[in-house]
Amino acid sequence: MLQLKSSTRCSNSSARSRFLHLALAIFGAVSMLQLASCTKKNAQPSHVIKIGEYGSFTGSEATFGVSTNEGLKLAIKEKNAAGGIKGKKIELISYDNQGKPEEARAMVQRLITQDQVLAVIGEVASTRSLAAAPVAQQYKVPMISPSSTNPQVTEIGDYIFRVCFIDPFQGLVMAKFARENLKKAKVAILKDVKSDYSTGLSDVFEREFKAMGGEIVGIESYASGDTDFKAQLTQIKGKKPEAIFVPGYYTEVGMIARQARQLGMKDVPLLGGDGWDSEKLWEIGGEAIKGSYFSNHYTTESDNPKVVDFIKRYREEYKGKTPDGLAALGYDAGQILIAAMERASELTPQAIRNEIAKTKDFVGVTGQISINDQRNATKSAVVVQVADKVNRFVTTITP
Amino acid sequence: MTDQHARGLFLRSMPSPFLVTAALILLGLVIENSTNAYTQDVVLWIFTNIILAASLNLVSGFTGQFSLGHAGFMAVGAYLSAWCSFRPEFQALPDLLRFTLLPAIGGLGAAIAGYIVGLPSLRLRGDYLAIVTLGFGEIIRVTLLNTEAVGGARGLNRIPATEGWLEMGLSPYLAQFSIASFWTVVTITTLWRIVHSQKGRIFLSVREDEIAAEAMGVNVTQAKVRAFVISAFFAGVGGSLFAHSVKYLSPATFSFTKSVDIIIMIVLGGMGSFTGSVIAAIFITLVPEFVLRPLQEITKVDLRMVIYSLILILFMIMRPTGLLGTREWSDFAWVKKLMRAISQLLKRGSDGDSSSSTSPSGASR
Repeated sequence: MLQLKSSTRCSNSSARSRFLHLALAIFGAVSMLQLASCTKKNAQPSHVIKIGEYGSFTGSEATFGVSTNEGLKLAIKEKNAAGGIKGKKIELISYDNQGKPEEARAMVQRLITQDQVLAVIGEVASTRSLAAAPVAQQYKVPMISPSSTNPQVTEIGDYIFRVCFIDPFQGLVMAKFARENLKKAKVAILKDVKSDYSTGLSDVFEREFKAMGGEIVGIESYASGDTDFKAQLTQIKGKKPEAIFVPGYYTEVGMIARQARQLGMKDVPLLGGDGWDSEKLWEIGGEAIKGSYFSNHYTTESDNPKVVDFIKRYREEYKGKTPDGLAALGYDAGQILIAAMERASELTPQAIRNEIAKTKDFVGVTGQISINDQRNATKSAVVVQVADKVNRFVTTITP
Repeated sequence: MTDQHARGLFLRSMPSPFLVTAALILLGLVIENSTNAYTQDVVLWIFTNIILAASLNLVSGFTGQFSLGHAGFMAVGAYLSAWCSFRPEFQALPDLLRFTLLPAIGGLGAAIAGYIVGLPSLRLRGDYLAIVTLGFGEIIRVTLLNTEAVGGARGLNRIPATEGWLEMGLSPYLAQFSIASFWTVVTITTLWRIVHSQKGRIFLSVREDEIAAEAMGVNVTQAKVRAFVISAFFAGVGGSLFAHSVKYLSPATFSFTKSVDIIIMIVLGGMGSFTGSVIAAIFITLVPEFVLRPLQEITKVDLRMVIYSLILILFMIMRPTGLLGTREWSDFAWVKKLMRAISQLLKRGSDGDSSSSTSPSGASR
């Protein structure tokens, strides 16, 4: 106030009027904001259980978000049809983050503080999970990521879980598969040095394959975006490997397969991870990629009755659509959360968190899931062989 | 202009930014106590957007240079500030001081980037300049994408933010809000005064006619570079505030579309009006969150970009100069009238209060 008075004394009155005018405008803004917040706040009805979901329903990765959402909705619909949890119906609140990390964060903020959800499910992409997880951790609301494979996601805190395996696990799976199922002794590695995912997988593969008595005959590298791999492949060919581990993404892998065949490596299969999982792999690699193997979360070709049943129900719900891996993981994330809520003595975020952490041998569509001390899922992976447009299921590998 | 008059002007203008900051902090107190964390976050975005829009307006609106790389400068400020906040050397400083100073560091980094880009490219005009700035924005983004020290494509997570001063009743959010409003007021005040100074007239002359300006002895390239550097500085400040409010940075955020978002704000508000920039920044931050988002959740269609585009097309047809054109809030007749009425009211009040408090300058008016 002192400042105000002195200002009027020294200056002419227009400064004061200018200030008053601003103050008026500010009060107007305050009252409007309060109005907005009042209409937004709504009390939680006690007869429903609110679960929040955030995902990319629009934007360039819209299919990821939509698939996960469909799987999750199916899990909740089935539970509600069976009477809900402790007599209460589950309500799913889904918000779109448009594939932007800052939106993902804001949406989790909104789910927790405005809608007061008991748990959050999301996100597919690790970058967005990383952006939003600290919010869930801060408010101590459990968050389950259906398919963020980056190890850092669950390191954020003790309220962050995931139901998919982490990147390095696929290295272990493929090492085991190459050594025990394919009985290969000499394998070469061709990795993408620019990708965390690729180097992570190849480090684990190298360590595990050696531990199982195999031999790594050579390690070559490329950078994503490269189109010519002949130099590296010639080096590898000289070492006469029985298989090549290529933990990259489908675009480069397709080209690598073609060039390997051109160099005469006809019966050397390529091995890889879930980065191969795309129809584009077949378009780019063509005949050359046929007969190669990669690890994945789930396959529609599986003969597991649980999977067959899930695919049938999903097709009924969504007009004949075939569920992809993300839909299956969304479904499993929903089911694990529902099971934890069922077991929890009271419906508080704290109690639900403790029950999620105790999840053991849960039989999901994507395998038998247990949550370990790092809040990651230990579960089986499937290995599929690239056959034609549809990949052929080969085997399931458990850790 | 007499000395006395000049002093009067100086004194008159000094308190108002402080008063506005104080008023904004009061507003922050209200927001903190009446809304949820989500709304609070959106309010912080408003400040960032105001700073970004006002700073781009200096280059595009007042100097007439079309820049498509504003998100690049924002990225430099955001990443530099975030990176510094992780450094142990900075953590020696008291919390509040550190987070008040970080935007300045981000701004300085962005200003240096602005100088490096501006010096060669501002000899170009129009479309060519637009292409160069667009390219610059992309270079920044791709560089960040490939820099492991700032997380690369994975992004930079858990960026520290101010913890406030709890003993003094300053909660973390209120502290953040105060820092953001402080920098917003600094930005608007500085830009406003630059534009209304002699140097600012040079910017305007470059916008109106480069050849005529040159004929009058204006160094056009130098003027452009100055505007560019100042604008980049504040874009960096905005980026820094963004980094510490979102607490997560990823190169994907600073794509070309972010630059376009800022351009939409200044086109909508009026090229050459800070008032317009402020209004448009508030409007464009609030409407998507509180109007279009619920609409999208009901209809399940992403109408945001459709409505954005529609607004822009309608504006370009009906109001090619934007909401306010080049007018500021003080240029409107009703504001002038209102101010005159209030000042007369106050004068009468203070005259009646005590005769000694009537200042000489007040009497002369």
